[in-house]
Amino acid sequence: MSDAHSHADIKKHVRIYLAVFVALLVGTIITVWLNYFHFDSVVLTVSIALFVATIKAALVAGFFMHLISEKKAIYAMMAATVFFFAAMMYLTVWAREQVPKGSQYTGDKHVPYPAANGGAY
Amino acid sequence: MEIPFVAKARPDTGLYNAKVGIWLFLASEVMLFGAIFSAYILLRVGADPGTWPHGLLNIPIGTFNTAVLITSSVTVVLGWSALKMGNFAAYRKYQAVTILCALGFLGIKTFEYREKFGHYEVWLKNPITVKHGDKDVQTDRLLGHIDYKGAHPLFWKTATLAGAPEVKDKSGKVVKAAVPPVESFKFEPDPYHYTMSSKEIYEAKKHAAGQPHTPIEIKSADVKRLSAFVPAHGTYFAIYFTLTALHGLHVLVGALVIAYIWGPGAKMWRTNPEQYMNRVEVSGLFWHFVDLVWIFLFPVLYLL
Repeated sequence: MSDAHSHADIKKHVRIYLAVFVALLVGTIITVWLNYFHFDSVVLTVSIALFVATIKAALVAGFFMHLISEKKAIYAMMAATVFFFAAMMYLTVWAREQVPKGSQYTGDKHVPYPAANGGAY
Repeated sequence: MEIPFVAKARPDTGLYNAKVGIWLFLASEVMLFGAIFSAYILLRVGADPGTWPHGLLNIPIGTFNTAVLITSSVTVVLGWSALKMGNFAAYRKYQAVTILCALGFLGIKTFEYREKFGHYEVWLKNPITVKHGDKDVQTDRLLGHIDYKGAHPLFWKTATLAGAPEVKDKSGKVVKAAVPPVESFKFEPDPYHYTMSSKEIYEAKKHAAGQPHTPIEIKSADVKRLSAFVPAHGTYFAIYFTLTALHGLHVLVGALVIAYIWGPGAKMWRTNPEQYMNRVEVSGLFWHFVDLVWIFLFPVLYLL
């Protein structure tokens, strides 16, 4: 942050920090609380959890990391980061039909690969 | 030669050196965690239906640890604000809380890890009947804890059951005594399995709460595979330990940096307060990033 900050400014910021702190705790509680509803839709469950997490992350980045009032050069760096991050995440969408199958370690010879007996252990 | 813009900001960008440096570093960190996170997505999407473990992590403890990390993040920024107002004593107090929270987080994580190392899945050659909630279920895959001669061993795997021959060095001296094979062991089965839906697991846990475990005797000859909840158990724990251990390493390093600036590095406050405040701010930025990563890891690994 710049040096132009007066004490009054900083005191105002402290109130914002505390508000963000409370919001983060509330966000955490909401995420955990929603988890007890056990929605049938996986898409809904994942969407809500990631939505709350994104809001929390935005609060941390925006206020704790002061991104809300940063210099242009930082924004430029972040724009590049967002671009490359999005590109990397798009790779997972791209690879959707070509993912490695199975979630079990199958190195032991006597453990049959799930697919060998119809996908069930 | 004096390096310019170490303390004062460069007039055209309005940034001091370390600020540029930390943001570039964080950009690379985003890609590091992003890469492993994308691996998680692929493994998860590729898992056969019903095979992705869930409900195996301790949600109350994970929630508490999230709160600990959030608290440490706010004390960092409060400490920095106090320093900006010239209140060094308050800054010291806030950052002391930060460091304690960091140690608390790591301590709790260690406890969680240890719990996993002693929690098992056993694959049997023939199905047996166990209670899942109030239902009797035929299954050849059990979760639970091993009770072997009154102890709860860690890190057992299929090969452990076969015992181990004695190990001799070159001169023929026995350096490691032979371990006899395990003929059978007591197993305290959990009332659920992760192939159940999260709702079923929740109900089964609720139903079984407060009821004593009834250990069953499992013969080693009936065991197809035995694994603790370690990375080798399957891709879920592999990616869980990779992500959380890398994150834990970041917590450790961040705490060391903050502790250095807080302790021995605090001399700079008297000689060059402006640069000192920069250091506090930059270490804080790193700390917030570590918090930010956890904000995503917690729901993804614990809840989904």
